Amino acid sequence: MIPAQFDYVAPTTLAEAIAALGAAGEDAKILAGGQSLIPVLRLRLAFPTTLIDLSRVSELRGVGEDGDVLVIGAMTKHSDVIEDPLVRQYAALLSEATSTVADPAVRHRGTFGGALAHADPAGDLAAVALALDAELVAEGPGGRRTIAAKDFFVDYLETSLSPDEILAAVRIPKLTGDWGVRYEKFNRVAQAWAIVGVATAVRTEGGSIAEARIGLTNMGSTPVRPHSVEAALVGASTREQVVAAAASAADGTNPPSDLGAKADYRQHLARVLTARAVSQAAGITS
Amino acid sequence: MTEQLDAGLVAQEIAEHPDALSKPYAGGELGRGRRRKEDAKLVTGQTNWTDNITLPGLLHMTVLRSPMAHARILSVDVSAALEMPGVIAAYSGADLADVMGASMPCAWPVTPDMVSPVHTPLATDEVRYVGDGVAVVIARDRYAAADALEAIAVEYDQLPAVVDMEEALKPGAPLVHSEKGTNQCFVFDFPGAGADYAETVKNAGDDAVVVRRRFRQQRLIPTPMEPRGVVVAPIAAADEFTMWSTTQIPHILRIMLALTTGIPEHKLRVVAPDVGGGFGAKLNVYAEEILCLVVARKLGRPIKWTESRSENYQATTHGRDQIQDIEIACTKDGTLLGLKVELLADMGAYLQLITPGVPVLGAFMFPAIYKMPSYHFTCTGVFTTKTPTDAYRGAGRPEATYAIERIMDELAAELGRDPMELRRQNWIKHEEFPYEMVAGLTYDSGNYEAATDKAEQMFDMAGLKAERDRRRASKDPVQIGIGISTFTEMCGLAPSRVLGSLSYGAGGWESASVRMLPTGKVEVVSGATPHGQGHHTSWSQIVADSLGVPFEDVELVAGDTRSSHKGMDTYGSRSLVVGGVAIHKATGKVIEKAKRIAAHLLEANEDDVEFGGGTFSVKGSPEAKLTIQEVALATFAAHNLPDGMEPTLDSDYVSDPENFSYPHGTHLCAVEIDTETGFTKILKYVCVDDIGKIINPVIVEGQIHGGLAQGIAQALYEEAVYDAEGNLTTGSLVDYLVPAAPDLPHFDTGRTETPATSNPLGVKGVGEAGTIASTPAVMNAVVDAVRQYGVNDIDMPATPERVWRAINGEGSARATAGTVAYGGTSTGSTGGAAADEALDDNRSAL
Ligand SMILES: Cc1cc2nc3c(=O)[nH]c(=O)nc-3n(C[C@H](O)[C@H](O)[C@H](O)COP(=O)(O)OP(=O)(O)OC[C@H]3O[C@@H](n4cnc5c(N)ncnc54)[C@H](O)[C@@H]3O)c2cc1C
Repeated sequence: MIPAQFDYVAPTTLAEAIAALGAAGEDAKILAGGQSLIPVLRLRLAFPTTLIDLSRVSELRGVGEDGDVLVIGAMTKHSDVIEDPLVRQYAALLSEATSTVADPAVRHRGTFGGALAHADPAGDLAAVALALDAELVAEGPGGRRTIAAKDFFVDYLETSLSPDEILAAVRIPKLTGDWGVRYEKFNRVAQAWAIVGVATAVRTEGGSIAEARIGLTNMGSTPVRPHSVEAALVGASTREQVVAAAASAADGTNPPSDLGAKADYRQHLARVLTARAVSQAAGITS
Repeated sequence: MTEQLDAGLVAQEIAEHPDALSKPYAGGELGRGRRRKEDAKLVTGQTNWTDNITLPGLLHMTVLRSPMAHARILSVDVSAALEMPGVIAAYSGADLADVMGASMPCAWPVTPDMVSPVHTPLATDEVRYVGDGVAVVIARDRYAAADALEAIAVEYDQLPAVVDMEEALKPGAPLVHSEKGTNQCFVFDFPGAGADYAETVKNAGDDAVVVRRRFRQQRLIPTPMEPRGVVVAPIAAADEFTMWSTTQIPHILRIMLALTTGIPEHKLRVVAPDVGGGFGAKLNVYAEEILCLVVARKLGRPIKWTESRSENYQATTHGRDQIQDIEIACTKDGTLLGLKVELLADMGAYLQLITPGVPVLGAFMFPAIYKMPSYHFTCTGVFTTKTPTDAYRGAGRPEATYAIERIMDELAAELGRDPMELRRQNWIKHEEFPYEMVAGLTYDSGNYEAATDKAEQMFDMAGLKAERDRRRASKDPVQIGIGISTFTEMCGLAPSRVLGSLSYGAGGWESASVRMLPTGKVEVVSGATPHGQGHHTSWSQIVADSLGVPFEDVELVAGDTRSSHKGMDTYGSRSLVVGGVAIHKATGKVIEKAKRIAAHLLEANEDDVEFGGGTFSVKGSPEAKLTIQEVALATFAAHNLPDGMEPTLDSDYVSDPENFSYPHGTHLCAVEIDTETGFTKILKYVCVDDIGKIINPVIVEGQIHGGLAQGIAQALYEEAVYDAEGNLTTGSLVDYLVPAAPDLPHFDTGRTETPATSNPLGVKGVGEAGTIASTPAVMNAVVDAVRQYGVNDIDMPATPERVWRAINGEGSARATAGTVAYGGTSTGSTGGAAADEALDDNRSAL
């Protein structure tokens, strides 16, 4: 459990980090909280020549506002995301989902940006980013570009970041109005990864659902947004209607069959958990 | 009295430093919930783990392990590794063949014709499981040693993996050890001490009700907090060696290392420093211990090896892994007729120290607390290309307890009886002890009624049953199940003659020395080796109480073959029952000697001297008194001892138990099952354990809690999974799910106290009780919740997916209730199609 040798660089500005990444070439890796990368190195599943540690780049840390949009620095730790008052006010779904990630030790090191850049389909936060229509801000030698969450997650552990780019920030449109949120995470032990997770934000008007956003965790090689369920939920006001709408939550999904669960069971869970998450978020009890 | 004793210099010192003298004994040590002495250093990081040990010139060893379950080794080329910076040496199995010993030991040949394959510390011809050692690198630091592993080139010729026990036994199956011609390790047949089972059932004719089940004991990975590690320091000029190892058994290890490597026993010192848990996985003689020793001898340099968690999962023994075909018979009124058990036990690729003995130990526990006239047990040991199995907390007894307690519930369901009522009808009544069991053991004591009554009261059985029935009636999506486990176990391993009759290679005694130091403090030397149990605390309490000295004045010396020179170490809940009793008896000898000296000094007749609270006094002369510390000082000075009396106040005792001890108890569990997802949540857990007299209730509580966590983990969470190619797919803590505090319920613990009559302390042992009892309590609750859907068994662990599939008719209910034909009668019911098939399979085995 000892990684192979690598060079280590710890820049203090984003510009330096981009330069260091360019200089280090193909086999360089960004090190954020290290909670996914270090295990991979220790198991000798990857052999990067250089690690560029972003932990001293203070401009990548913290939560701010840009008009109707919340801006979360990529290096903001899970523990800070959970506690942040702006996140709680405008993206409560994110703070709820982040509080289910692993254990306190991991949450005090792991970062929001690292979790998204890692793009593990079992990770909880990609589905949230997708459901909340987040935009990811990438910086590279060619400047800055903004990528919609739906275009960011390409495949298992694969994003549309190019190797010379760094994820700098995540922009999340503020939820304002009467929104309820719920992250339903199904796992066998409390500190395990999700077998299936359902992230929901629901806006109600006069007791019925006016708008629903849903992101599914671990139902494919990327997070899934079941738009048909979102559409079918509009107008629902009873548990029965919610369950009926949630019945198509797994349609078209291609979840993995692995040690955690077989695909058909995951699909079943997606339907059950979607109904539960939506009912709870919308305050629909019967 | 101190002055008057005139013990010279020491007395003068003590007079000038009165604090050095002990305070009088305050009493009440036994049964007192003392905080553990050992915890201050544990929580402040001053612990001496093996991996913390560093020595001048220390070299680091890493092991290259087989990535394949089964392959012939064509070549091992270490030359490129030798070129790497910092590398001192690299050896293949062939390179070490002449020094690493002919084979690692298995100390328990359970049958005379047991197949015992050669097991070398590094593979030389074939690798037989993923993780089997192939080569080692020795380097100046652990980084260089890890890097150099990548440079070793091994050519393999892949052979078929053998992963399924039943397939392995079929004719023509690929062989794990081809030179042995079979994958069958042994067949152990034990017809019990009672009547013939088949006869008994046949004689009952139409009145016989027979239920059979097939239970699976999944493979488990013990997962102590501290993985293994070894440091060996040679004194080359003297050909002497000190080994520090994360072991439960330094004494047994030393003997085995001497026998295996040829290094004389007196030239070997083995130390178990602070050890972070073992659970049976450190009750062994491991390849890396031998490799560090022989490499240190070869190079004349100290060597360290530290295991990673990933290595621990592959290269440290696993537990359980049995298929249990069990059949129980009773008359229509529920009176048990007998039990028949056929086990398949997975040995893994090789026999480790007691691999074959573990399932065989279970032979004595299947009849549990129940009276029955007949019993038959057979066990077939099977080789597979998997990590060897060996002891894991409970070792043989959890498996047996699971099977009997599960099938008692199945029998109750078949008879339409309340499962507790059926147990009450058949268990040994309190007034019937001592009781000779059908498995041959004599239980000295027990009170199943008392433990059960107390447990039911704490549980609110009536209230929970009402709620369960209400939810059933209303078809609530969250159903409740209630599970019982009225268990017993055998602890205090073991009477040496019994071990001998079971062909085990050693005895089961334990040694103790109690030394009173000149200043009145006490050192107690024990051959039981602590690795987390709290020996320092409990032993101090026993000694303080016997000698009447303060708790703080007692120190334990253990875990080092030089200072604690004889012992049988720690496993099988034996430390207190065997080692604690030895200490108690050694203190008795100290008091006996001290009394003679006190009588002499007080110029009294020995018969008139009384001892209590640490003070010798003379009957009828209240002024004439000596404390035991004063006697210790006088005995050290030796100025004035009775004629022929040896100076110094110390004593040894080696205690060989006359019987096992039999803790028992009643565990009750209520689960909630979310029928939409299959998720099981423990709603309530109550256990009432009867472990006899209690030395320290806080330590007892800790042992019960930890035991429950591991037993519940087997029921709901943990499972080591191999794929068809023999890869361990649960190779890390990501996939092998060890529960943590949020996953476990509040434990409602209670106790009854029926002292063991077979030892003077009345103690029984508590190290394994929670693990043994809890698994069936939880699984009985799970099955109770889903029986309404036609489910009569679920494989462990009862994952949400398994439970959900069972509820939806895809159950893993592979066996069924049914009455099997003996002498032409056949009645009863059967379950699903899969179950019918299983029943047919079972029938053909009859
Ligand atoms: C025991 C344990 C349990 C866990 N359980 C969960 C869980 O239940 N749910 C969950 O969602 N997650 C879980 N995680 C993962 C955790 O959330 C990680 O923190 C996260 O996945 C990675 O974040 P990090 O900051 O540690 O990134 P790192 O490990 O440092 O990096 C991960 C990857 O992303 C790349 N990267 C990181 N930051 C950037 C950036 N700014 N720009 C470009 N590339 C970047 C790195 O190069 C690397 O490839 C768990 C982790 C552990 C150790």
